[in-house]
Amino acid sequence: MEGRAIMREKGDVMSPWSLQVPEKKISQHDACAMYTLLLRTRLFEDEIYYICANQTPQHPFIVGKGYLSTGQEAISVGCAYALAPDDWFAQSHRDMAAHFHRGLTFVEALYQYRCTTSSPTHGRDGNVHFAKEGTHMVGFTSHMGQNVAVALGLAWAQRYRKTDRVALATFGEGAAQQGIIHESMNYAATFQLPMIFVINNNRWAISVPVQEQTSIEDLAIRGAAYHIPATVVDGNDTVAVYRAATAAVALARAGRGPSLIECKTMRVMGHGTHDPATYVPADEKTAWRARDPVVLLKRVLCERGWWSDERDTALRAEIRAELDTAVDVAGNDPPPDPRMAVQDVFSTPVPVE
Amino acid sequence: MSEMNYMEAIRDGLRVAMKADERVYIFGEDLGPYGGVFGVTKGLFEEFGGPPRVRNTPLSEGAIIGEAIGAALAGLRPVPEIQFSDFITCAMTPLIDVMGTYRYRFGTNIPVTIRMPSGGGMSIGPFHSKSLEAWFVHSPGFKVVMPSTPRDAKGLLLAAIEDPDPVLYLEHKRLYNRVHGEVEDGYFTVPLGEGLVKREGKDLTVVTYGDMVYTVLEAATQLEGEGYDIEVIDLRTIWPYDEALVNASIAKTNRVIVVHEAAKIGGFGGEIVARINEQCFASLAAPPLRVAAKHTPPPSHPVLERIFLPQVEDVVAAARKLLTEY
Repeated sequence: MEGRAIMREKGDVMSPWSLQVPEKKISQHDACAMYTLLLRTRLFEDEIYYICANQTPQHPFIVGKGYLSTGQEAISVGCAYALAPDDWFAQSHRDMAAHFHRGLTFVEALYQYRCTTSSPTHGRDGNVHFAKEGTHMVGFTSHMGQNVAVALGLAWAQRYRKTDRVALATFGEGAAQQGIIHESMNYAATFQLPMIFVINNNRWAISVPVQEQTSIEDLAIRGAAYHIPATVVDGNDTVAVYRAATAAVALARAGRGPSLIECKTMRVMGHGTHDPATYVPADEKTAWRARDPVVLLKRVLCERGWWSDERDTALRAEIRAELDTAVDVAGNDPPPDPRMAVQDVFSTPVPVE
Repeated sequence: MSEMNYMEAIRDGLRVAMKADERVYIFGEDLGPYGGVFGVTKGLFEEFGGPPRVRNTPLSEGAIIGEAIGAALAGLRPVPEIQFSDFITCAMTPLIDVMGTYRYRFGTNIPVTIRMPSGGGMSIGPFHSKSLEAWFVHSPGFKVVMPSTPRDAKGLLLAAIEDPDPVLYLEHKRLYNRVHGEVEDGYFTVPLGEGLVKREGKDLTVVTYGDMVYTVLEAATQLEGEGYDIEVIDLRTIWPYDEALVNASIAKTNRVIVVHEAAKIGGFGGEIVARINEQCFASLAAPPLRVAAKHTPPPSHPVLERIFLPQVEDVVAAARKLLTEY
């Protein structure tokens, strides 16, 4: 199947409220940096997948399952690159790339997956539920879409303090069916908050296909109802996501309120590593795998003479070596001190029993 | 010191907090120029020049609580109002699962004070009369207060706003215009977690809070006429509550009743009684009793609501039982 047949590319779904995305030249430096982040995220999550597939219940390396962004990394990469380090990123569960962009190391990510003593959550929460201190990330809560409401306050605080910082929130098309998303879109528009709504439309909410979740083809069209400029982009095209996010961030910084970007992609893996996703038609997976964001961006870079197979092989080897070391280091991190179970609910001592 | 009613004390607390700290702001439904449906915030919109310090919101409780979490993460001290505590059900996910768990999971303080007009006795029916403190205490991450006097209303509000953790400030709407008292001018706090002996006595301890403090004091006066000396404790902070004060009182009186206007079944009084049994069993001369609301939605007509809510005679009857049968 042709990629274009799957991906309805139309930036202008709801004129006159469409988000204008200027053709922006991407520098070699930025393009290569985004590719590096894309590849780092891919190889890290491949490692999580490998670990989950091979660990035994008797001797688990990580606690729980992996929730991967494999095949959808371009969305997190493009959004992360469009933001300044002190803009807020309210993550969904497919945003490991944004964490890496903001300084999370492989070792820290593995601590988190292992829930060991050095993990950012001290073993209290697992996998993608964390926020490294000082990175302006918002930790994830499993009730889909909640971080979008949190981003309202992050954006409002910028208005309050008269800064030009912004808050970007990502959420899936599954989360988009939650009431909190509608409340938040209306609220952000009403107060003209410097906020960017990014829908990762990966077509599947665990086993429920998008056509059973909503009657509309393009979720971005909802922007019109709330007076929010919106656009649809190819979520597997890192540069397209980056360009749209950059345009949305510029609007927000200029005090022109929220924007909505729907990124069309496909969850080529299961919801988590435990889910073989046998309910997804094989040809749908195959078609989207052919549109792998890593392959797509590499092709563009190579066409421009900015990248080569040799550089790619070298980068992969470098990341692989870093991962091997990280797995060794994280493997030696001890389990959390049992006393951590009953600490830190409050800032002050309050009984836990 | 100034003489003011409960509502004026809350308003003064908000004013003093906003003047003392530019990070403090208030927002909610009808809270702007209208001054709130009860008039608690009347005049603050004008006094602080409207937004960003005082701001109306749409009817979006989930977004209101979400905003509070985000604003706190970004360094502000948000003080949202949920128009009636009953309406917090629209925001239970951001409240319970995001705000309540955030510090434990991610290590970041969430200094938010949520004002929620609570309680019944005003004939306003099933969705404007509830007392939901047991839910909030049962969910980790919240300090819960319910003041009964103007002084406590202002002092606890200021303590809540300066506290680094989420505080649910349940103000009893029936007390707004009904109780008056002397309140310190300017900034002062009533520390969270400290109860108050409202009336000393040696025969029986009654532990209560909110509007029930007045019901219990009236019952105590009546029982005094029968020769009984009742000690009344106003918890003021429901969680974490002043267990030392309660236990010391029981060591003296050997008898205890817990009174609240939330439902008895599954109510917080059950937890207090269980803890008393665990810690004070040797001091007890009689089983601890509870006097609390029926397990029904709060009914509207006063004839029905009177059955629903604990009355003075219910407290008197429970006290007599403890004092005469054991």
